[in-house]
Amino acid sequence: MAAHLKKRVYEEYSKVIQIPPEEAPQKKLRLSKPSKSAALHIDLCKASGSTEALQYLLQFARKSVEADSVEGVIRILLEHYYKETDNSVRLKIVSLLGLLSKTKGFSPDCIVDDVKNTTTTQRLIEMACKHLADTYFGVRNKCLEVLGHLGTVDSPLSRDGEAHPSLSGLRDVQSVISDYFGDQEPRVRTAAIKAMLQLHERGMKINQIIYEQACRLLSDDYEQVRSAAVQMVWVLSQLYPESIVPIPSSNEEVRLVDDSFGKISHMVNDGSWMVRVQAAKTLGSMLQVSHYFLEQTLDKKLMSDLRRKRTAHERAKELYASGEFSSGRKWADDAPKERLDTNAVNLIASGACGAFVHGLEDEMYEVRIAAVEALSLLAQSSPSFAEKCLDFLVDMFNDEIEEVRLQSIHVLREISTNIILREDQLDTVLAVLEDKSRDIREALHELICYTNVSNKECVQLALLELLKNLNKYPTDRNSVWKCLKFLGSRHPTLVLPLVPELLSTHPYFDTPEPDMDDPAYIAVLVLVFNAAQACPTMSSLFSDHTFRHYAYLRDSLSHLVPALRLAGRGVELVGSAAGPGSVESAQVFLQDSLNRTNTIHSLEAPGSQDLLDFTIRDLQRLGELQTELAGAADFCATYLRCQLLLMKALQEKFWNMAVPLCLKQNVMATAAARQILEETYKLEFVYSGLERRQVATVHHVRLQARALQLVLTARTRKGLEPLVSSCDKFLQEVDSFQRQFLTELPHFQESFVGKLLELMPRLSSCKTVELIKILQSTLRQSSMLPLTLPQQLHRATATIIEPTGESDNPLKFTTGLVVALDIDATLEHVQDPQSRVKVQVLYPDGQAHVITPKPGDFRKPGPDRHRLITQVYLSHSAWTDPGHVEVSLLLAYSSSTSSKPSWADSTDSLPPPEGAIEGTIPFSKSVKVLIMPKPARR
Amino acid sequence: RENFCSSITAEPAMIDVGRSCILVSIGGKNIMLDCGMHMGFNDDRRFPDFSYITQNGRLTEFLDCVIISHFHLDHCGALPYMSEMVGYDGPIYMTHPTKAICPILLEDFRKITVDKKGETNFFTSQMIKDCMKKVVPLNLHQTVQVDEELEIKAYYAGHVLGAAMVQIKVGSESVVYTGDYNMTPDRHLGAAWIDKCRPDLLISESTYATTIRDSKRCRERDFLKKVHETVERGGKVLIPVFALGRAQELCILLETFWERMNLKAPIYFSTGMTEKANHYYKLFITWTNQKIRKTFVQRNMFEFKHIKPFDRSYADNPGPMVVFATPGMLHAGQSLQIFKKWAGNEKNMVIMPGYCVQGTIGHKILNGQRKLELEGRSTVEKFFYLKSLYLEVKLQVEYMSFSAHADAKGIMQLIRMAEPRNMLLVHGEAVKMEFLKGKIEQEFNCYMPANGETTTVTTNPNVPVDISLNLLKREMSLGGTLPDPKKPRTMHGTLIMKENSLRLVSPEQAMKELGLSEHHLRFTCRVQLQDPHSDADTLHRIYMHLKSVLKGYTTQHLPDSMSVMVESIVVKVSSSTEDPNTKVLLLSWSYQDEDLGSFLSTLLKKGLPSVLC
Repeated sequence: MAAHLKKRVYEEYSKVIQIPPEEAPQKKLRLSKPSKSAALHIDLCKASGSTEALQYLLQFARKSVEADSVEGVIRILLEHYYKETDNSVRLKIVSLLGLLSKTKGFSPDCIVDDVKNTTTTQRLIEMACKHLADTYFGVRNKCLEVLGHLGTVDSPLSRDGEAHPSLSGLRDVQSVISDYFGDQEPRVRTAAIKAMLQLHERGMKINQIIYEQACRLLSDDYEQVRSAAVQMVWVLSQLYPESIVPIPSSNEEVRLVDDSFGKISHMVNDGSWMVRVQAAKTLGSMLQVSHYFLEQTLDKKLMSDLRRKRTAHERAKELYASGEFSSGRKWADDAPKERLDTNAVNLIASGACGAFVHGLEDEMYEVRIAAVEALSLLAQSSPSFAEKCLDFLVDMFNDEIEEVRLQSIHVLREISTNIILREDQLDTVLAVLEDKSRDIREALHELICYTNVSNKECVQLALLELLKNLNKYPTDRNSVWKCLKFLGSRHPTLVLPLVPELLSTHPYFDTPEPDMDDPAYIAVLVLVFNAAQACPTMSSLFSDHTFRHYAYLRDSLSHLVPALRLAGRGVELVGSAAGPGSVESAQVFLQDSLNRTNTIHSLEAPGSQDLLDFTIRDLQRLGELQTELAGAADFCATYLRCQLLLMKALQEKFWNMAVPLCLKQNVMATAAARQILEETYKLEFVYSGLERRQVATVHHVRLQARALQLVLTARTRKGLEPLVSSCDKFLQEVDSFQRQFLTELPHFQESFVGKLLELMPRLSSCKTVELIKILQSTLRQSSMLPLTLPQQLHRATATIIEPTGESDNPLKFTTGLVVALDIDATLEHVQDPQSRVKVQVLYPDGQAHVITPKPGDFRKPGPDRHRLITQVYLSHSAWTDPGHVEVSLLLAYSSSTSSKPSWADSTDSLPPPEGAIEGTIPFSKSVKVLIMPKPARR
Repeated sequence: RENFCSSITAEPAMIDVGRSCILVSIGGKNIMLDCGMHMGFNDDRRFPDFSYITQNGRLTEFLDCVIISHFHLDHCGALPYMSEMVGYDGPIYMTHPTKAICPILLEDFRKITVDKKGETNFFTSQMIKDCMKKVVPLNLHQTVQVDEELEIKAYYAGHVLGAAMVQIKVGSESVVYTGDYNMTPDRHLGAAWIDKCRPDLLISESTYATTIRDSKRCRERDFLKKVHETVERGGKVLIPVFALGRAQELCILLETFWERMNLKAPIYFSTGMTEKANHYYKLFITWTNQKIRKTFVQRNMFEFKHIKPFDRSYADNPGPMVVFATPGMLHAGQSLQIFKKWAGNEKNMVIMPGYCVQGTIGHKILNGQRKLELEGRSTVEKFFYLKSLYLEVKLQVEYMSFSAHADAKGIMQLIRMAEPRNMLLVHGEAVKMEFLKGKIEQEFNCYMPANGETTTVTTNPNVPVDISLNLLKREMSLGGTLPDPKKPRTMHGTLIMKENSLRLVSPEQAMKELGLSEHHLRFTCRVQLQDPHSDADTLHRIYMHLKSVLKGYTTQHLPDSMSVMVESIVVKVSSSTEDPNTKVLLLSWSYQDEDLGSFLSTLLKKGLPSVLC
């Protein structure tokens, strides 16, 4: 907006003023003292001449203005601007305005509004109109741009039409702009369309009249014109989808959106790939288009012009069926057959026919990706189209660029709710399972998780191919199992007839018991058990060892094997998962437990410690049982643990004792304080979905911990100097807390901070010793802060899938060189993993290396889920024996990112006290890897 | 002026995929487009009949240049014959890859004909070399000035490496010759592209005039699936290909598939010359498609990992394998040998990836013939199949159209891109071309000449004229606003044609230059009028009348000369000698005022109104 304003201003005045070369450099405007505006006003009023005023302005420009006073200053400047007669002063004011509008935290809208209210806009429009006839294209371009930015459709130029008959007269901006659609200069044509689009973006209603003109521009000679025209036609099709447009050369009519769809489809064959990309993308957003137009995009052969298709739909179908054009797939089927009514077939304007077929086999992969995306969008809105486009998407699995293959697999997954795969389609889909690329395979597994298949042969086929995949790429184990889990639970009835075959049971004979460690057997069992969950009769087909294996798998792979009700069997296998209402009841339970703890007001109350202990235990168990609530339960438990630690540390008796008598206690309290601090960082950064309120609560606990630390240091150490500085720091923290959570402060009335803030004026002036005293008493008097739970709370977790840590073969390498260790991990609920997740390698000698993976190593297979596949390089000096290194994932945090000061870089105020705090939280189990650096052979 | 096109051969009634050679006369220039040979003949008929062009006399005098679109023999096979044996010394234009690969193919062709078949009177290796010395290489989109008036420009055509479409331009007339082209990009080449050059004539091939192919992905998928299945079954796959072009495409396809799927079965490629050609494929990366261009830094796609050279003994190896063998139509050579070995086993498969000419074994088996009669004349065949004259075909026969020719839709697409005024179809089967022609003719003129037939296309060439600045300025001041290219405007001037130059100048200047004096043309006319007044009164009445009728004009009454002036038209009144009541009006006007003059005369013939205001 600022640039915009500046430009407009220059356009008006550049004719008269030579811009002085020593124009004020762009300055950062900073805070200093308020009430700048008043001083400036006085200065400017005092100024007797223009030079003097200029002097004042120059002086003013050297100073800085704070955000809240900018508006006042601007008002003053504008006022003077209108009063001022001298051009140079006015220029200076305008340039100042431009600078001021860049001040952070100030929205320049008010200046623009102000300028708008004046006649400037009107004058600019007049000027633009006048110069539209200029012979130089650049002038016409800019004029159109101005019109696009300023023109209004509602108040036509007719207002001054009487006054200036030389102007375009009684016409509105739109028709003036649309005149230039036919300009001889392509750049002007482009500018005209852009201006029209700009009008549309500003919320002006574009009239439908220009539709025909816009369509004509689609066949312009210049690519930028065509590209802009595609946008224009699209905009119109969105504005007037239902209006009826006549078809030239016939008396039929179609809906505008259909017509434009056909025309844009045509652009997929354009000569310029930029236009093709644009057209393909645009097609995806035309959801109102009718079915038969949509379906034409997938059929190259329907050569009859689409306008004919509406009434002669049947005939066109015959034409297709008669095989007029051969497909090139069969030998000798291209002999021409009966000649059809050629009038019905218009080859060149073949409309939407095969737009996607062309788009999907385009040379440029950008176009192909755009086409795949468009297909996805259209298919999601139309199930029948989804069905149709399936074959084409499946074909894309064979693209030469991996990105395109991956994208099409993802797209198929997205639309797979709408479709059921036929056997032959499934076959082609599954063929990709042999792909070498891990990403492709995994995307495909993901896809199979979501697909519906039509019959039991399909299930069998899928299982077979997955087992083949497992055999070929054993590393896919987890992913294949997961895939089978969903396959089973989606198609229980289809799995049922397969069970005897799958488990190789026999009605009369006992078959040998399969090997329990065979991943393929586990895969089959996962499929069967998941199907059995919804199909109770299935369990009667199981043989004895199947039940035993079930019990084993239920324990070892509980995330893959559901709980089954297997009554009347030797094994007691009634699952612990309750009925469907369990999530709600767990929620209620969680809330109840929290409420219970909230009743603890005083930390000293009898039984409160026990209550906390029990609640923490309950919550932990709840988290294990209810995965949906694990995050919330964990969060509460951790918070309560902090409170409990605090409570214990502040126990009555040892505070009353003399320091030397309770050394042990003291040590314990110090440890507690440190632990609380650590936990608060976890609370703040590991959980996602926290609201401001919770963050404030966590910070509050942290302050308490700091206070505790302070008190403890005061008790142990005699020296006051270190204490003084840490006290200062503490006070700063309190201060920043206040500023940061200004809105939340009412909730903290009764709390530790609340009390401190009441005493704040006193605190900042009093002596250190006194401060410590106050802190101690406040700490002990303060009550526990009740915790409210946010809607969604998730704990960031990471699981390292690879290395598994099971291998006994050490990774051998020569010292001084490096060895690459493949790491594969899934991350859940981690925001911005690219910058936050690190890999830590801990060597036996205590060396720890933190490695930041490349951003490209993170993949996003699903919402809130990331996958890290990376390599870390290990190196060490020679060892005599193989030893373990520990690999774990860390979550880096820095408080400055989360607690931004509300106002920007100011040197006058205190630096953000927590800005320096950065650290890492381990959030995955560490995995041990055996390595063996060998001495280099000489 | 007119364009003159003809395709020349010995048999005047058929155009087919056999051979291309087109002669274009445009603006007085004669250009030969392609110089191909027919694969089906072994005698004189395989080369174009050049005596047709020259009658007698040298080709060099008649032809301004020769343009070769790509290296396939049916487009360049007769080149050494023409340049060295018939005799042509003018420039031959072709793209860099064509120039590099063409001699390899010609040499191979020569070897087969001369060394194997023992023909004489054929061009020699030295002739090929000499011929190549006459070649001027072309770059894409580079405008080459052949002489002062003739310029040519090459566009990318897909089809094979280095294939080009050529725009030939003389003055404002232009012809685009497509050669063979492909509008669907494939695994190693991009799609043909041309700008909106609006040529007067587009000469397009029409091999697949009646085909609209399925998406190429279907074909690829089917192909890979079939190969994969056969290999998994333990069968052998034979893919007869021409050495260059499709072979590379299919190699890349299989190579990437093998790579992706981690397959182990061997793939072989027969024929020695491919290695040389492959070398050029590796070099001309800029002529390939986006994917290869972008990835060649990491790995050149033409450096195959899984594809190894074939040795004849491998054909008997057990286990699955895939073999690419030449030639593509199974009419001779290695592909036929292998085919004979494998034909008996139903586990095996032969995939015909392209077009087969009638009469070849490829054509026969594609048409479902399961029993083949073998000629068995060559020594190799005798050795293996002495006993059986008939060959039972048990293996599966598949056809996949991998030909890199544009299909009907592709041809249409190119037409839409180039927006030609006329269309000429060549290089296809007559029946099919007829069909496509019927379709195209709805939009504009389309020609389809038979062999040896001449087609004439009339054009409306622009004639550039120099205009004097003064005249232009004068028109500007009269006309006002910007010139609108879409609306024609009339202007007055004199066209001087002098010494091959055309100039438009103002009439006065033309007079002066030519030393002519100006002549004035005046029309006079007598009108008799019944009016019982004196001459002076009549004149006044006429003046009043005209003044009331002609409002916008200056009408003057000149009583002293007894006349009325309307603009430059003079009206005089005199009494008739016989009857004083009959007045004779004398009207006189100059040529410029013809309109007004004739209007006045008709007006006055009607007589004066009785009441004048």
